[in-house]
Amino acid sequence: MKERKNKSPYAIGSAVVIAILAFLFAFPLYWIVTGAFKTPAAINAAQPDWFPVEWTLRNFEVLFAKRSAPLWELAVPFSETLTGKTVYFSVGPTPPAAFRWLINTVFMSVAAMVLTCVTASLAGYALAKKRFWGRGLMFTLIVCAMALPKQVILIPLVREMAALNLSDTLWAVIFPIVGWPFGVFLMKQFSEGIPGEILESARIDGAGELKTFTSIALPIIQPGIGALAIFTFINAWNDYFMQLIMLQNTGSLTISLGIAKLQGENATDFGLIMAGAALASVPIIIVFLAFQKYFTKGITMGAVKG
Amino acid sequence: MSRALARRETIAGYLFMLPSLFFFITFVIYPMVMCVWTSLFNSTMGKEAQDTFIGIANFVELFQDKIFLKALWNTILIVVVSVPTVCIFSLWVSSRIYNMPDWACSLFRVIFYLPVITGSVAVTVVWKWMFNNYYGIFNYVGTSLGILEKNINWLGDERFALWCIILILFTTSVGQPIVLYVSALGNVDQSLVEAAQVDGATDLQVFWKIKWPQIMPTTLYILVITTINSFQCFALIQLLTSGGPNNSTQTIMYYIYYTCFKLYRYGYANAMGVVLAIIIAILSAVQFKVAQEK
Repeated sequence: MKERKNKSPYAIGSAVVIAILAFLFAFPLYWIVTGAFKTPAAINAAQPDWFPVEWTLRNFEVLFAKRSAPLWELAVPFSETLTGKTVYFSVGPTPPAAFRWLINTVFMSVAAMVLTCVTASLAGYALAKKRFWGRGLMFTLIVCAMALPKQVILIPLVREMAALNLSDTLWAVIFPIVGWPFGVFLMKQFSEGIPGEILESARIDGAGELKTFTSIALPIIQPGIGALAIFTFINAWNDYFMQLIMLQNTGSLTISLGIAKLQGENATDFGLIMAGAALASVPIIIVFLAFQKYFTKGITMGAVKG
Repeated sequence: MSRALARRETIAGYLFMLPSLFFFITFVIYPMVMCVWTSLFNSTMGKEAQDTFIGIANFVELFQDKIFLKALWNTILIVVVSVPTVCIFSLWVSSRIYNMPDWACSLFRVIFYLPVITGSVAVTVVWKWMFNNYYGIFNYVGTSLGILEKNINWLGDERFALWCIILILFTTSVGQPIVLYVSALGNVDQSLVEAAQVDGATDLQVFWKIKWPQIMPTTLYILVITTINSFQCFALIQLLTSGGPNNSTQTIMYYIYYTCFKLYRYGYANAMGVVLAIIIAILSAVQFKVAQEK
């Protein structure tokens, strides 16, 4: 049946159309990467080069010539509230700003990912397997919050972060991502699959609650955690609006904000902007390709369970 | 359950919930409440700002604000155009690629997903270059093929700017639906499909009578996320047109940002956020209702 269908003129025609569309979809990325290596003359020519005729590293040199702040300068969260002044943890040389932005972005995405996975898997497990007062209410609250659009919280968050002295620190972006209840919801759906009898027998054997969680629940919900991890990582990396309203200092920018800033300052130096865009997108695309299989599974599971 | 056990369950339950609840309440619930609350005040950004209670005056002003109404109209236009096209396009692509050989199917899936992964800012800046009046590839290809008589200032022209935005939004929106549809179509019960084919059903009948009902939950999910994403369209507007020319690409999301961070009208921006939330909530509810009845 399949064989016959695959060879009909319609199937062949549509395969060709899809191939052409795929080419068009990949084109902007190709244009970023090649544009990053083109000379300003080639970029500002009325007739574009489909492929760089003359390769240059000039765009990256300009990009890396901009310096920002010491390599590690992370504000300790709540330090100002506790001690009266912001405590910075800073060491290391002053790298190019673009490099710093990349590090900020990686730090922000990884921190959001780890915190989300830890808190969500604990909470999801409790919601699914523990019987306690207020459980139904909490779950309802989580589902309701999820149905509301995120932008409702963003503007008030700016003020809240200012009051908590977290403005302009990466934590101001990380914490709201961790708080977003989708992860708890997803992990609850996964934890429903843990057989109650195993938990019961572990308890009878005298295992503590945390031990039961780590040795029995965790291995079972592991695929869910993997999916959630990738999901959170990519979302944090690309959450431009939140980064934009929370971060202003050159030292605390993420790579997305950095390119936006470059674009604002050098609107027509497309070579420089493409170098920035390449630096922003190539690492995440490599991560995506490396974990492609898990990633596809992650989005699908998120949808099916959600 | 004995009382001691019940107590142990309660304590353990709350301890497990605690870290998550802390973030949820502090950074989601509290700002949500504040959004609704502040929308009733005449409030500005800044530390020494004085808030005055003005009831629903913000909302009254909102529906007389020409720019807001324009932004609302544009946002609805974006949603009405992009949601059906994204759904139909991704369903068509998925139905063509899901029974291709594995390597081809995943190759296409990856390519259509690339614009999502590349990130909204990187995608936007390259499109800005491609749409550029002088150095853009669209004008070059258009004029050299004879489609365009002269260069068009795509993003600076009221007639085209919004459609350019919709096109870019489209390329960044189909990735996830395609992944979801490919997996949903792969899970369709093959025995039903074969039984129908034995009974002489055409491909189209097989699709509408058997596959379509089975992928309905996926369609619903895609409708909801695409609607929400289209409503939230922001980076494109901010980086390409800043709502211009002449507010022709003004959207609610951008206008909220503009009101809050350029005009510093904090309470007014929150009122817009509340209205946007209500619209999205109603739309999601309607979509669920319609899908359930089918």
